[in-house]
Amino acid sequence: MTSTAPRKKLTTSAMIASFADPGQRTTSAPFGHALNRLAEERPEIVGLSADLAKYTDMHVFRDAHPDRFFQMGMAEQVMLGAAAGMAEVGLVPFASTYSVFATRRAYDFLCLDIAEPGLNVNVVGALPGLTTGYGPSHQATEDLAILRGCPNLTIVDPCDSVDIEQAVPALAAAPGPTYLRLLRGAVPTVLDEYDYRFELGKAAELRTGRDVVLVSTGLMTMRALQAAARLEADSVDVAVLHVPTIKPLDTEAILRAARTDRLLVTLENHTVIGGLAESVASTLAYAGVGTRVVPIALPDEFLAAGALPTLHDRYGLSTDAVVARIKAELDGADAPHRPPTAWPADPAPATA
Amino acid sequence: MTASTSSAAPDTAGTVDREERIERIRQAAYGIRRNALDMGEVQGQGYIGQALGVADVLATVYTDQLRFRPEDPHWPGRDRFLLSIGHYAIALYAAMAEAGIIPVEELETYGSDDSRLPMSAMASYTPGMEISGGSLGHGLGVATGMALGLRLQGNPARVYDLLSDGELDEGSTWEAAMSCSHHGLDNVTAIVDVNALQADGPTAGVLRTEPVTDKWRAFGWHALRVDGNDVAALVDAFDEVREHRGSPSVVICDTRIGHGVPLLANREKAHFMRVEEREWQIARDQLQEGLTR
Repeated sequence: MTSTAPRKKLTTSAMIASFADPGQRTTSAPFGHALNRLAEERPEIVGLSADLAKYTDMHVFRDAHPDRFFQMGMAEQVMLGAAAGMAEVGLVPFASTYSVFATRRAYDFLCLDIAEPGLNVNVVGALPGLTTGYGPSHQATEDLAILRGCPNLTIVDPCDSVDIEQAVPALAAAPGPTYLRLLRGAVPTVLDEYDYRFELGKAAELRTGRDVVLVSTGLMTMRALQAAARLEADSVDVAVLHVPTIKPLDTEAILRAARTDRLLVTLENHTVIGGLAESVASTLAYAGVGTRVVPIALPDEFLAAGALPTLHDRYGLSTDAVVARIKAELDGADAPHRPPTAWPADPAPATA
Repeated sequence: MTASTSSAAPDTAGTVDREERIERIRQAAYGIRRNALDMGEVQGQGYIGQALGVADVLATVYTDQLRFRPEDPHWPGRDRFLLSIGHYAIALYAAMAEAGIIPVEELETYGSDDSRLPMSAMASYTPGMEISGGSLGHGLGVATGMALGLRLQGNPARVYDLLSDGELDEGSTWEAAMSCSHHGLDNVTAIVDVNALQADGPTAGVLRTEPVTDKWRAFGWHALRVDGNDVAALVDAFDEVREHRGSPSVVICDTRIGHGVPLLANREKAHFMRVEEREWQIARDQLQEGLTR
């Protein structure tokens, strides 16, 4: 930052600042309410949290079913171990914390206590990717990369409240362990405008297009749809394939999408290492499909703290950034592929 | 006690003569040690020192305390016995064979390709093995969840977790200890095998865990410390903790590596003991002498 002129900066705001656009339709705590509905049908549903019930929408379940909620304290290892023990005696636990703690801190417990025996434990991780301005301590930018290598584990990255509401019963119905990247609080409601139903393990083509195909997961599907609408105004015809299940990946749908001469762009709220982009790239390479993959993802670095809109702009996840990136790719088709720009650490971050 | 439930039903405790119980446990402990030596010989080395040391504890639990049905390892009413220390598998296979859960003849496959008895315990391989331990510091957390779940379901089954003093190094053990206490899980019994030895040497030199009993009490546990090779003391301790209400219990058992076989008990202590081919028969003979003495 070279300018010395004072200017108003956005603030980091709450840790759990909503990423909904101003005026966007939202639904409050879709996970907690979906879990409540499910719990009324299935008495074996139980909930656990590691001192973050209030921040993972688990408090909705806690208040409705206090006898079936277990406060485990700020102790993620025992929370996941205990969830495994509950599943061993026939319960179906949903265990919530922040993604960083479920994956980085308690991975051995997720892996060996839950995934290895193939137990029906549903791990719910809030603040996935870049959904908080609190910096690397709370930004789970590599949770998919950590977990994709874990056998038996089903991984879901929902787009919005519709996805979450429909995923919760599907995850409980799946016999094995699952990990849900939770969007909490006022969660955008987007997919009800499309002919869409969440189906575990299936990708869904939300719109068709002749020029570009966006293969997206998580909240980036919302951005993909916004970008597609904006590009339509510029007469660019953009398809969007939503991939809510990261593992097992719907490779057939991805190969179908790639076997055209359209520009193929992946979009994810995750580092470019080990997430959707590399999943798609390896799917194509293993099938002998030579389509180039343009990854829109977070850079391979520890991200800055600051206001979420600022950070989404800076790291290329905002709709503006997505549109700009796609246009640049369309304009310079011969340009060599570059991974997402690695931004230098900002000497004057938004919180300074 | 039903015909198909093991001998260990709690309701027999008051009616069976204490001396009879102790003698039955001593015989079972002999069988466990003999089974362990047979398995050790298959591999030529291994965690035989720990198996001999913990044999009296396992004999007490499986012969006298645990409710289970040998022919139905998934019986929902069973007490759960979790082997947090996966490398003690040799000891638990020896005990489960003695208890009729797995055939004695199968023990010779221990640690061999395609065996149901891998070197490190795995639930998916072995009937009666509740969890895959081995990454240490996991068992008590799983026990916490089982105990919470059983209580929620109104199932009176108890949960036993066998851990080692070395495992007290793991922070997750203490997360679970705090959790069991916070939730008042009096259906949990932790058993700590204090043999004072871990992989890199004596526990006191690797990472000091003493005073062990004080630590558990500070975490809100009903804690008893006994000579883990004294069957009478073990019976009294396990009887007491089964009656205890309001908090989880821990039986801290001081055991001696290689106990029951002087040849192995008196040699330099090693986490992973090497035994010469000719020594296995000597060991069996010494074990036999100890039983008849």
